[in-house]
Amino acid sequence: MSSRELLSFRLNGHPVEVPCPSPRVLLDLLREDLRLTGTKRGCDLGTCGCCAVLVDGRPTLSCLTLARLVDGRSVETIEGVSPPRGLNPVQAAFVAHGATQCGFCTPGFVVTATALLRSNPRPSRAEIERAISGNLCRCTGYIKIIEAIEDAARTEE
Amino acid sequence: MPSSEPGPYRLLGGRIPYVEGPLKVTGRAEYTDDIQRPGMIVGRLLRSPWPHARLLSVDVREARALPGVLAVLTGDRYPTPFGVLPITHDETAIAVGKARYIGDIVAAVAATDELTAEKALSLVRFEVEPLPEYSDPRSGLSKVAEPIHARGLLGSNIQKEVVQHFGDVDAAFARAAVTVRFRGRFAGVTHAFTEPMATVAEATPDGRLTVWSATQVPHYLHRALSEVLEIPMHRIRVIKPEVGGGFGGKSDPLPHEIVCAALALETGRPVKILFDREDVFYTNHGRHPTQNDVRIAADADGNLLGYDIEALIEGGAWSSFGTVTTYYNGVLAMGPYRVPNFRYKGQRVYTTKPPSGAMRAHGGTNLRYSIELALDALAEKLGTDPFDLRLRNALPPNSTTINQFRITSTSFVKCLTAVRERSGWDAKFRRLPYGRGVGLGCGFYISGSNSPIHFTPKMPQSTVHLKVDMDGGIAVHSMQADIGQGSNTLLAAIVAEVLGVDLERVHVQRVDSDVSPVDLGSYSSRVTFMMGNAAREAAESLRDRLVAAAARTLGEPAETLEVGHERIGVRGRPDRFVTFLDALHAAMETSGALTASGSYRSPTMGGTFKGARAGTAPAYSFAAYVAEVDVDVETGAYRVPRLWAAFDCGRALNRLAVEGQIEGSIHMGLGQVMGESMNYRSSRLLNPSLLEYKIPMPQQMPKVEILLVGDDDPEGPFGAKEAGEGPLIATLPAVGNALYDAVGVRFSELPITPDRVLRGLDLRAAEHRPWKGA
Ligand code: FES
Ligand code: FES
Repeated sequence: MSSRELLSFRLNGHPVEVPCPSPRVLLDLLREDLRLTGTKRGCDLGTCGCCAVLVDGRPTLSCLTLARLVDGRSVETIEGVSPPRGLNPVQAAFVAHGATQCGFCTPGFVVTATALLRSNPRPSRAEIERAISGNLCRCTGYIKIIEAIEDAARTEE
Repeated sequence: MPSSEPGPYRLLGGRIPYVEGPLKVTGRAEYTDDIQRPGMIVGRLLRSPWPHARLLSVDVREARALPGVLAVLTGDRYPTPFGVLPITHDETAIAVGKARYIGDIVAAVAATDELTAEKALSLVRFEVEPLPEYSDPRSGLSKVAEPIHARGLLGSNIQKEVVQHFGDVDAAFARAAVTVRFRGRFAGVTHAFTEPMATVAEATPDGRLTVWSATQVPHYLHRALSEVLEIPMHRIRVIKPEVGGGFGGKSDPLPHEIVCAALALETGRPVKILFDREDVFYTNHGRHPTQNDVRIAADADGNLLGYDIEALIEGGAWSSFGTVTTYYNGVLAMGPYRVPNFRYKGQRVYTTKPPSGAMRAHGGTNLRYSIELALDALAEKLGTDPFDLRLRNALPPNSTTINQFRITSTSFVKCLTAVRERSGWDAKFRRLPYGRGVGLGCGFYISGSNSPIHFTPKMPQSTVHLKVDMDGGIAVHSMQADIGQGSNTLLAAIVAEVLGVDLERVHVQRVDSDVSPVDLGSYSSRVTFMMGNAAREAAESLRDRLVAAAARTLGEPAETLEVGHERIGVRGRPDRFVTFLDALHAAMETSGALTASGSYRSPTMGGTFKGARAGTAPAYSFAAYVAEVDVDVETGAYRVPRLWAAFDCGRALNRLAVEGQIEGSIHMGLGQVMGESMNYRSSRLLNPSLLEYKIPMPQQMPKVEILLVGDDDPEGPFGAKEAGEGPLIATLPAVGNALYDAVGVRFSELPITPDRVLRGLDLRAAEHRPWKGA
């Protein structure tokens, strides 16, 4: 095992210090070392979006991100965008619209949509489609996902 | 917007959000890869780099000696063959004697970490003798030098051959006024669910084995583990965590599941095998690459006289569901139209490629594309509208097909009528400018296979148990496997509906073979129909006991009582009631916690000839879709801006879920017709990643209008039939026929990629066939 560094960054709003072997990717750090299993591993190749997290507020594929690159930055996972009790508006809309079927893609969509609505509270349909175009869903045909995001944008106003 | 007539039920028929939705949107739902066991180690698989090779010897000494390696397994350790169908056990956990495709598992390692496991795999040395590669199914139709399996028919690679003839097809064609022929070629496609397969296994000192696995069919996995590992079923516990999609790809018991359990037995440590995306693609079990040849005869009025169908189906390395596939590619032609004479010859041939298997709308999809395109050609020859041709030939309700399928409910005519009107068909068909067109495609699918895969012992296809204790929470146990389609939600809703209680009182328990009664799982679109009936029976028996207790408390005859709003009370007397909890506690006085059970077994049906059971189902779904296409005739690229989907699933019990199934099916169907393809260079899969195997993007989805027009099915729970697979089928021919309307080419090779569109246009131009003024 190569040399261990100590990473320090903000994770879901709290400062953390985590030992990290240098070739570790963020997804492994989150899922394996920190046991934050809400972030999903669909491909490990940057092709599915299941592993999306927010780095400094921007949707980022954690499977393609070297963990040491988040040193000094802020990382938000699905656990972080979820309120301690209940659901955030995006999550509530996903439930109400049936935008989850198998749910494996869902954390990736939820963090992506949460970031979108923070930076663009009233996105057009095309903007929503563009924002989620790095996230695959094989169950829903995206229809209810897009409806849910539109609905969340409306209710957040 | 879907139609929304109010139904007679409180919950059912509405839009019921999925019960596990809050867990899924917060990342709290537990999938197999999220499971962590104390001391857990890693299992990894070595896959064959050879398409076909005899394994002469293997040396695992170096691998075993590597520090951190706890076990190395090769095929000889657990050589008992298995397979999803009891009649075709031709798989082994790890290859025995031969490797049959690039990707076949030839060895497995358990180690303390992934890197060590990978290193160990690289140290396993094989001595092999290369064997002939069979990448074209046609090359396997006669005797071959080295059959892929010894069981191939007469020394060939034919795994299964089906020949059926009902009526007199030659006579029908001889007296026909019009005949048409359509030859389709279909690339293999795969499920592409987002969750890679994963299994965790743990053998404990009490002599038991626990297996958590991403499976659609926990019961068949349970059986296969028992057979191959030679451990009685009652000492194996199979648990199904949340499953991230299956679509048929997680319905076979898969070799890695058995290997994982074997490694746990060998090492005494919990073991996890997690697939990477390449593993998923090599495991495949997707839709069979198929060539079919459909001939249809009709009289001058457009009455269908007969079908003559042939299919050559590429099986890849194993049988999987292949025997069923071979039947389905013929017999699923039996609806939605009356077919008085029918002949079919189907052959499924092994090749040295990743195995094909069951994929959503298994066996019905490629066949239906060719039939529906042939019917449009027939309508054109007859000078009749495609809708009118289909209306004339629609199967009537309560009829029997020539191969003795029992048709009970069908709202197919309503599907046609509704979609014709909503899509504005009559103003569009043959009237849109060159490059734009509309097309009709129809569908027909089984609502649960009538014949369970295992006949012994004779058991119901579904059983549901309920338990309610003094807290008033209702625990529901069943081995039905929710893989995202919403069956847990439906199960809870049926119980709540019957008992007249709130949905949140009902807790559907995780599938666990120690406590869940057998249900055959999520395949053949069977769950709503079979589990639904079992759940209803269980809930009604519980309700009757609660009503009896309430009758005693109230001093009123039970017949005068009704349930609802968490109460049991006298009908028409709002002041005379007991609460659900009071009735429950009264009922518990003699027995303690209440339990109830319900089950479902489909009625006897079908003929007595060989293969008669294939395709028999307690009900069938029907569909009529219209797609609109917009073709860029310069580039061959096209879009499907609109799609109208009329579907008959009987009564839609959860509209949210039914719409979700239809929308997802359309996405998957569009993928197959527009672009998805497993590409090979001889036997080597060229695109085992989601980057190169592209599923449609959000921007490629049409605006979809869903029309749920089904009447109640007489035997379905609360009138329901399937909606999980049938909705895929009509998508493909609707697009194919729309392309013909747009540019005058009936594309026969799927996927219809832009280069194929251009080639089709060139060919049409070369033949000087003008189209809509082009
Ligand atoms: S796991 Fe990161 S994109 Fe698929
Ligand atoms: S809900 Fe299954 S992949 Fe999106």
